[in-house]
Amino acid sequence: MYKEMAASENIPQFCKSRYENNFGDVMIVGGGISGIQAALDLGAAGFKVYFIEKSPTIGGKMAHLDKTFPTNDCSMCIESPKFVECKRHPNIELLTYAQVESVMGEAGDFTVKVAKKARYVDESKCTGCTVCVEYCPVMYPDPFNQHISRNKAIHIYFSQAIPLVTYIDESCLYLKEGKCRICEGVCKTNAIDFAQTPETIEIHVGAIILAPGIEAFDPRYREEYHYGEYANVVTALDYERLLCATGPYEGEILRTSDKKHPHNIAWIQCTGSRHQLEGCNSYCSAVCCTYTQKQVILTKDHDADAKCTIFHNDIRSYGKDFERFYQRTEKLPGIRFIRSFTSIVKEDPLTKNITLRYSTNGNGVKEEEFDMVVLSVGLAPPADVKTFADVFGIELTRHGFCVTSPSNPLETTRPGIFASGAFQGPMDIPESVLSASGAASLCGEILSYRRGKLSKPRAYPPERDVSQEEPRIGVYVCHCGANIGRIVNVPETVEYSKTLPNVVHVEENLFICSTEAAAMLAKDIQEKGLNRVVVAACTPRTHEPLFRDTLREAGINPYYYDMANIREHCSWVHSKEKEAATKKAKDIIRMSAARTCHLEPLREFDLPVHKAVIVVGGGISGMISALSMANQRHEVHLIEKEKQLGGLARRLRATLEGLDVRKYLSDLIEKVYRHPLVHVYMDATITEVTGYVGNFVTKIKSDRGVANIKHGAAVVATGADVHRPTEYFFEQDERILTQLDLEENIFSKEERIFDAKNIVMIQCIGSRCEERNYCSRICRSQSVKNALKLKEINPAMNIYIFFRDMRTYGIKEDYYREASDRGVRFIRYDPTDKPVVARGRLEDGRTVLKVTATEHLLGTKIEIDADIIALAAAIIPSARSQEVAKLFKLAIGPDGFYQEAHVKLRPVDFAAEGVYLCGMAHYPKLISESISQAYGAAGRALTLLSNDTVVASGSVCAVNKKMCIGCGACAPACTYGAVQLQETKRGKTASVIPVLCKGCGLCNSKCPTGAIQLKHYTDEEIASQILAGLNHNVA
Amino acid sequence: MSSKGKFEPKMLGMICNWCCYGGADLCGVSRFQYPAYIKLIRVMCSGRVDLKHIFLAFANGADAMFVGGCHINDCHYNPEGNYDALSMVSLCKKLLAYIGINPKRLRLEWVSAGEGIRFAAIMNEFAKEIEQLGPLGKSEGIKENELQARLEKVTKLIPYIKLKKKEKLALHDPALADHQSYKDLFSGEEIETLILKAPSYWIDPEKCQGCMSCAARCPVDAIVSAKLQVHVVDQGKCIKCGTCLTACSSKFGAVTKITGAPVPPPTPEDRIQVARKNNKKAA
Repeated sequence: MYKEMAASENIPQFCKSRYENNFGDVMIVGGGISGIQAALDLGAAGFKVYFIEKSPTIGGKMAHLDKTFPTNDCSMCIESPKFVECKRHPNIELLTYAQVESVMGEAGDFTVKVAKKARYVDESKCTGCTVCVEYCPVMYPDPFNQHISRNKAIHIYFSQAIPLVTYIDESCLYLKEGKCRICEGVCKTNAIDFAQTPETIEIHVGAIILAPGIEAFDPRYREEYHYGEYANVVTALDYERLLCATGPYEGEILRTSDKKHPHNIAWIQCTGSRHQLEGCNSYCSAVCCTYTQKQVILTKDHDADAKCTIFHNDIRSYGKDFERFYQRTEKLPGIRFIRSFTSIVKEDPLTKNITLRYSTNGNGVKEEEFDMVVLSVGLAPPADVKTFADVFGIELTRHGFCVTSPSNPLETTRPGIFASGAFQGPMDIPESVLSASGAASLCGEILSYRRGKLSKPRAYPPERDVSQEEPRIGVYVCHCGANIGRIVNVPETVEYSKTLPNVVHVEENLFICSTEAAAMLAKDIQEKGLNRVVVAACTPRTHEPLFRDTLREAGINPYYYDMANIREHCSWVHSKEKEAATKKAKDIIRMSAARTCHLEPLREFDLPVHKAVIVVGGGISGMISALSMANQRHEVHLIEKEKQLGGLARRLRATLEGLDVRKYLSDLIEKVYRHPLVHVYMDATITEVTGYVGNFVTKIKSDRGVANIKHGAAVVATGADVHRPTEYFFEQDERILTQLDLEENIFSKEERIFDAKNIVMIQCIGSRCEERNYCSRICRSQSVKNALKLKEINPAMNIYIFFRDMRTYGIKEDYYREASDRGVRFIRYDPTDKPVVARGRLEDGRTVLKVTATEHLLGTKIEIDADIIALAAAIIPSARSQEVAKLFKLAIGPDGFYQEAHVKLRPVDFAAEGVYLCGMAHYPKLISESISQAYGAAGRALTLLSNDTVVASGSVCAVNKKMCIGCGACAPACTYGAVQLQETKRGKTASVIPVLCKGCGLCNSKCPTGAIQLKHYTDEEIASQILAGLNHNVA
Repeated sequence: MSSKGKFEPKMLGMICNWCCYGGADLCGVSRFQYPAYIKLIRVMCSGRVDLKHIFLAFANGADAMFVGGCHINDCHYNPEGNYDALSMVSLCKKLLAYIGINPKRLRLEWVSAGEGIRFAAIMNEFAKEIEQLGPLGKSEGIKENELQARLEKVTKLIPYIKLKKKEKLALHDPALADHQSYKDLFSGEEIETLILKAPSYWIDPEKCQGCMSCAARCPVDAIVSAKLQVHVVDQGKCIKCGTCLTACSSKFGAVTKITGAPVPPPTPEDRIQVARKNNKKAA
């Protein structure tokens, strides 16, 4: 199906020859989280981006979710700052309510026709005041709330929408019947324009990223779900809206039939997925198991006595931290996980309760009544995906996802067009995000020479000097939907804040992070003369940059800002004590306001960025990442600890999809060696890392001797190892192998394998246990792959796979089915009753391995005489990860894999700036996933490397010379060499070199006189917080 | 809680941005609960927490203080600031014990950004411990006035203590990184000597030339001075750094370090004119 793109190698050359043409840079189609990430990365990396979205706002499916697994972070809260970033970005041109009509040309030079639908509202005139919405007489089911509640014919899609303007829907009376036009009359800015017609725009771009995302499976395709017929059968996406504070019932979970709280709720897994029935999808949707667990946890949060029942097939907790999430759900009181197919039997005509029928373990078939049934619907390609594919001239798989290159999941069948996010197949948010960064890197590879040609720097208004003014503080208290507002009495907090010294203005807002609220804040700063701002909302770790930027936009120094964290540190941790939480929220605001009075305006400074980059680890991930960055004209130093490149993949021969790993690897290694900008260091160890973002110096010892490498960024791809099993006579009996050994033996055509009558495979060896409380993710695919290969060679061979849960997530489900169809026997075992292996001798004298196990479902004993046993050994973190973590100051998670900066939205970043992550060092993953992530890490690194400077925080130390006694307590505390003692006329005095200071403040706490102070965390600022925290009302 | 007459402690936590604050955030995201009377202050590094912050809090009504940082050797910063926190807290606990305050009222823990549940567990455990101890001074049997006097005494000595113990306060010894070795970093005897032997600086009116050199160098403006008048050290303001001692020319030697004896009373008003030999000649 996939055409080899021989030409793709020559694309950069080709594009360069067309250099004279002044075409635009990149177009991104699809405004979900994946598209947003691609747009921001490309914008930051110096490209002009045309960002096309068919609905009236960007945000995609993620905007519809209440929370995200496995952290239960608020979905809108983490996504909406990205909306604002897109809107403020000078290099991103947003075209919403628009669709691509045609694409002409080729990589480097596409001409795209985009049709903008008529909104009947002039975007440039609409202020988003929503007066028109109030007056509109037409009520119709709201698409944002899954049609459960109603909205007006003219409305804003949701309150954080970008652009924040109204649009008129086809339900409009005037559009349907030619009468009404009330909105026109009430609009003060004359923004309503019924004369508007669809408009076609022609745009020239060099590359295109497709991120159309997914739709939820529509259960109406199958009558047996009775969706739309029984009122209390809802989809998981409906339920997501019910959970959400901005949902149809403002965060109350209510039944539409009687507006009562359901207490007994059932979830039906695999709705529309893993079925071969007409209208259903045969693949696994990859996210439903875990999102259901999230919904269960949240349901218990809303109603501690709720009874939740999950009818499931396998529990596929294959992702990072999913296993713990599953255990957490399972441990909650009143939760039942029942492994059974389920059918919806009837709806009680009076109570509207739903009866389900399911089979029990040993007690036959049972019927049970529930207040509500949630269908855990799967992910499906958008309904119009065929037309979409035709427009772009790309091919689709039989499931309707994008056909991608076996060696690169980001490449479509048309050169210059890349696929990002769930268009590749079902995936969760972090995978969508990292594939977006990866697609951005691929665009960068073909358009590198155009970088910076059309991009513009951000312009801010001049800063108002307020240092001589009395503090005038504005306090903004956020409801965060219901996250804060449901626990903390916000109006009371607002009244209290008004009484605080120097506070001159207080407001409350449903979502202070929305564009609308940001505009209000900026307006207040100017109109009410505010010179300091406190936002009482969520954590500064995620939202501080957004609000600091808002201050800059309003012409105030961004350091005149403090965040009172009344969500993570208050409403969420005191959710059962509303009064105490309200009191604490007031305390936290008082502490922030007190601190804010002492804040000083600080100057940030630009540090140069060294253009070279280091890649640690020469496996597939490291090599891909290195090549992608080198193709964008950056010098890459690739550091490998072994004597050869390739990493763990050297032990693989093929992928499930049929990629010849040996060949792929040798081609890749050759490309690395031949690339003039990639320097390979073998047998290498890093002995020291100094410096900081943009300016690292790494010392390495290698086959080339000792080298000091200067570099601006680092990509860490240290990979993983395979656990050596300790059970089942492993290493005592040569017939017992790991899956990797088996694969090797199959390809080297070992007779004993080919002649085997019975092969037994045992899953979860060393995974999902006490020492390693995680799933190794790739073992099922590995076993199914080997089983299929063996069946191909010898169809008569008996293959038994003992498993706990078959976790062939996503499209890999098809291979599981194929194996099953080919007669591979899958037998479930319980972790408390593992298969037992004994060495025995048959009557004919052959020695065999006797495998005994209990068939879980029927409880019968099975005995198999195995010739070969293959163990699916766990993937464990590389021993090297710890070392590298210490050198680069990186965080490691509870399972020994690297901890990314944010599980959902910064999956390849580290909290340590300038260092990026990819491959198995992050978590076990398949080759295709590693490739995607490797491009992702390159894409993220490019957002730094393609700029000449990086902004360093203004929060650095400074010395008050008058107070310095030259005692020298400070200098040894600083290993950055930022604090120096100098001889002066007055004796020794300390001084600080600001560009070297990292702002830890260790010197500050050593100073006996307080002469050296860490700006933004001065003694005065901290003392004021301490005193205010102890109920002293201080200014 | 307080309405039921149960003791509700005042507790503050000073936690580092990179690990413990992240852990506290994750604790919130995961909805793990802990008592609402604990309030948190964000610092960039646990090593930024200063002795004087802790004493300021205890002197102003705190019943307990918490310091949270990254796990040892996981500090976000190159200088491994959590070692600094370890030294500071260990010194601070000894100082508290010296003035009769239960050192358990100060607690240091390492919490990574991934340990939300651990953060909640520590908060709950610490809160319970303090609730049982009761208000500051109660379990110690110290009356309010006495407590304040003792805290004030040590607070005044903090600059001097920092100066004297600067090496140990910046000690980074991975070999000692377990809590116990750092706990014993400062001996009880050492603390006692430190406090009892705290010097005072006094200017001998007979020797002072009224040249203002010492006053110009004093970091805290503690020397009452005017040209050609005898300078006086304001003992209330003095931080005992000894800068004046080195600033005074050895020719005059007017500044004296006094240890273990009271400072002589200030010179009477009528005698503050400097009696310089060459002045007399001129007269």
